[in-house]
Amino acid sequence: MRFLGYTLADPTTPIPEPTPEMFAKMGEFVAEATKAGVVLATGGIAPFEEATKVRYADGEFTVIDGPYTEAKELVGGWALMEVRDKAEAIEWTKRFLAVAGGGESTIRQVYGP
Amino acid sequence: MVSSELVTGSQTHTAIETVIRLESSRLIAGLARYAGGDIGIAEELAQDAVVAALEQWPREGVPANPGAWLMTVAKRRAVDLFRRNRELERKYAQIGRALDAEVDDGTAALDRVVADDIDDDLLRLIFISCHPVLPVQARVALTLRLLGGLTTAEIARAYVVPEATIAQRIVRAKRTLSAAHIPFETPGGTQRPARLSSVLEVIYLIYNEGYSATAGADWMRPDLCHEALRLGRVLAELAPDEPEVHGLVALMEIQSSRIGARTGPSGEPVLLLDQDRARWDQLLINRGLAALARAEALGGTRGPYVLQASIAACHARAFRPEETDWARITSLYSALAEVSPSPIVELNRAVAVSMAFGLAAGLALVDQLATEPSLRNYHLLPSVRGDLLLKLGRAAEAQAEFQRASELTSNTRERELSAQRARTAGAQTEESSDNPGR
Repeated sequence: MRFLGYTLADPTTPIPEPTPEMFAKMGEFVAEATKAGVVLATGGIAPFEEATKVRYADGEFTVIDGPYTEAKELVGGWALMEVRDKAEAIEWTKRFLAVAGGGESTIRQVYGP
Repeated sequence: MVSSELVTGSQTHTAIETVIRLESSRLIAGLARYAGGDIGIAEELAQDAVVAALEQWPREGVPANPGAWLMTVAKRRAVDLFRRNRELERKYAQIGRALDAEVDDGTAALDRVVADDIDDDLLRLIFISCHPVLPVQARVALTLRLLGGLTTAEIARAYVVPEATIAQRIVRAKRTLSAAHIPFETPGGTQRPARLSSVLEVIYLIYNEGYSATAGADWMRPDLCHEALRLGRVLAELAPDEPEVHGLVALMEIQSSRIGARTGPSGEPVLLLDQDRARWDQLLINRGLAALARAEALGGTRGPYVLQASIAACHARAFRPEETDWARITSLYSALAEVSPSPIVELNRAVAVSMAFGLAAGLALVDQLATEPSLRNYHLLPSVRGDLLLKLGRAAEAQAEFQRASELTSNTRERELSAQRARTAGAQTEESSDNPGR
């Protein structure tokens, strides 16, 4: 089963300021999760302020560029996990958040092509 | 923040069981070292720690480092056993002495659970579970139990055998290892290639049972594929200098990329050249190609898994079936036949030859295999022969071959596929015999 876990760093759910120690610990955590055969792919997400929204309704496209708020720049991250069940995805997400020091992650099952 | 009231008792229970399952193989591996390599004792101690966790964690919460917690409790338990009965088995005594001092100073043992050591222990556990002294089926069961953390019931379900059979296999395997005094070590030197080859064989057997189930109603059991792939990925990080490990991972990643495409809407098999390649999983293909590149970068002679992965890569790289580089596949099969000669490799080579150099050339090779005793009951021999004959317009002979193929397989889906092909060939026979009369 595959799950996408992501932390969008949406200003409405603040995350702690990253420190060099946190980055080091996070590197170790990602290595551990890769070693366990769980992480298929992972990466960062650019700040919410740089996001662009594309909408399509009533036959018309609307492209809306950020910034949307005055919130400070926050980056997010994502990981595509391969696990046996949802409970494992939750456990790995807990471990991720413990290393991050707080915040909120969303996990959603993803389906193959 | 989600309030704790929203977390129900059953959620807590599931979460705890999941943590335990994730920690299980590393816990047993770490304990096996202390138990002088006796994995039976290691598993018992681990089980005691798990019982303690199931009692305490629901009340006190899951500790920050659950792996170290379980390890400490298991070690204390070993010491208790030792102190309570000093006449107990020699092995308990051995662990007891090693741990007595260590656990006396409270939680100091926690700090000694060094990740790197556990990695080494995990690799040792893989090697001992796949030890050639055990029958192959026992190696498979033990590996799934100890490294995969699967229950005997789950293993039994996956292999469609009674649970008691699997339990027996595991008990006997542990006894055999203990009686043979198999050391808990990472084999080196001249032993290593054969021992590694046994490990790879076990993982690939698990994979293949999932990819092409030998019995039962489903053609595939993806859970077994995922388990084998996970074991392979873990092994690749534990033994990163072994090209064949990356070769096996590459092979499994690429084969897995086709899982979604190789069954039709009602679960029927779809053959490689008929698959909708848009449904191949590009993420897994890329991971497979990366693993293959890692194997090739290590150099050395290409072993059987690197060669099979290279063949799988040829298919993966072709966006359309007609773009397949069959000449390259033929030469890769020739190289494979040299490093691991087998009639099945020859059969596959014959298929590649028929695609690269013509049906007649392929059929000639298949016919040479007709007298091969080990292929007498192998359903893919008549299946391949039938396919070539049908393409050559010899429908009546093809029908007989497909018929035979369907009788030789015990997998329901595969039997239906061959029976269907026999009917199709039969219909063509009637057409050709009808036409001249009109």
